[in-house]
Amino acid sequence: MSWVAANTTQIIGLLLAHVAITIPAIVLSVAVAVPLGRFAHASGRARGGILATTGILYAIPSLPMLILIPAVFGLPLRSAATMIIALTVYGVALLARTAADAFASVPGEVAAAATATGHTSGARFLHVELPLAMPVLIAGTRVVAMSTIGLATIGALIGIPSLGSLLTDGFQRGIAAEVATGIVLTLALAAVVDGSLWLAGRNSQPWIRVAGPVGSVAA
Amino acid sequence: MNLFAETLLWFADPIHWTGSDGIPTRLAQHVGVTVTVIAIAGAIALPIGAWMGHTRRGEATIAALVNGSRALPTLGLVTLFALWLGIGVRAPMVALVILAIPSIVAATYSGISSAWRPAVEAARALGHTSWQTLTRIEAPLAMPTIGGGFQSALLQVVATATIAAYVADVGLGRYIFAGLKSRDYPEMLAGSMLTIMLALLVTGAAAGVGRLYRCLTTNEGKPQ
Repeated sequence: MSWVAANTTQIIGLLLAHVAITIPAIVLSVAVAVPLGRFAHASGRARGGILATTGILYAIPSLPMLILIPAVFGLPLRSAATMIIALTVYGVALLARTAADAFASVPGEVAAAATATGHTSGARFLHVELPLAMPVLIAGTRVVAMSTIGLATIGALIGIPSLGSLLTDGFQRGIAAEVATGIVLTLALAAVVDGSLWLAGRNSQPWIRVAGPVGSVAA
Repeated sequence: MNLFAETLLWFADPIHWTGSDGIPTRLAQHVGVTVTVIAIAGAIALPIGAWMGHTRRGEATIAALVNGSRALPTLGLVTLFALWLGIGVRAPMVALVILAIPSIVAATYSGISSAWRPAVEAARALGHTSWQTLTRIEAPLAMPTIGGGFQSALLQVVATATIAAYVADVGLGRYIFAGLKSRDYPEMLAGSMLTIMLALLVTGAAAGVGRLYRCLTTNEGKPQ
């Protein structure tokens, strides 16, 4: 792979650009989707509306979304902000339903017991519901991370630098090794982030190793 | 002038409604590519998913396939195949078929393998062959799940077919790439809106077909 050896600096720069777009998008997706999912779970009427809206947003093709966002928000066409907004929209759309399901999986009697022992609704959310919903939330976040990292390559089509730039540049210059490098690095980055999330999920639920799966704690 | 007003003017121009670069032609190409890709992907994925689901083999392989395919950059497949097969519609079609296969295989596997066990065992006990069990018992029970798999594949392909225009003179994505090249924002916006409307229309239609199917088959093949 002489092409890779000759272009290491450029490749590392694009890898970092890819990380700088995708990590904020994944974090923002979780920060928006988890409260949204909790709200959808709490309010039966809002649930249908929220899930229908996120379903429609998810159906919007990515390249048209990237063209539409600058026109709607008045952003320059080739800005990283455009890409982060678009990826966050998809991330929230993917995660909101999972988050609603995650909170629905928290046994009602556990939540009631927390209230009975004097937890305020905020404390109940933070100390009881969130930890119990965590396994499903982590699984959902892993799906979001994978799709976000793959999708970010599309930005290269409108000139937002990322690993996707290796795909467009390699195609235009006819260098298959460059395209292959872009694909492999995207998959590798996804695998690293996925592994980290899996590990974080394990460490955030120490009781699993002691007492078996969450369901057995609740039962 | 306002960007959206200019886009409306673009739509109002009769020149954009005729000829080989007119909206009807591009729309027909987009739909044609999508339908062909789904048909090919289905022909490949259905037997694989059905066989794996029937024998209950390869669940881990499918999970890894589906998971990995999420991060697989579509643009990478499209450009790589374009370098191998040359400019034209063949390369993006192969890429789109590859993208559509995992969700259909996974849904078929899941539907067939989770067919209500007592029904499957009863069929066996009554002397159904393996093939008869699959086609008469498991497949009908799996229909809603398989339909869901086709639905998500369809959505993905109709959206991703936009990117096919990067390497081939085909589909609604052409307006976006032409607009990008000539810095014609209204044209890009028009192409984007057309693609979005088509995607939403297809999503709505697919959901409608699913609902119709459920209406027609309620209480038939839905045990418990």
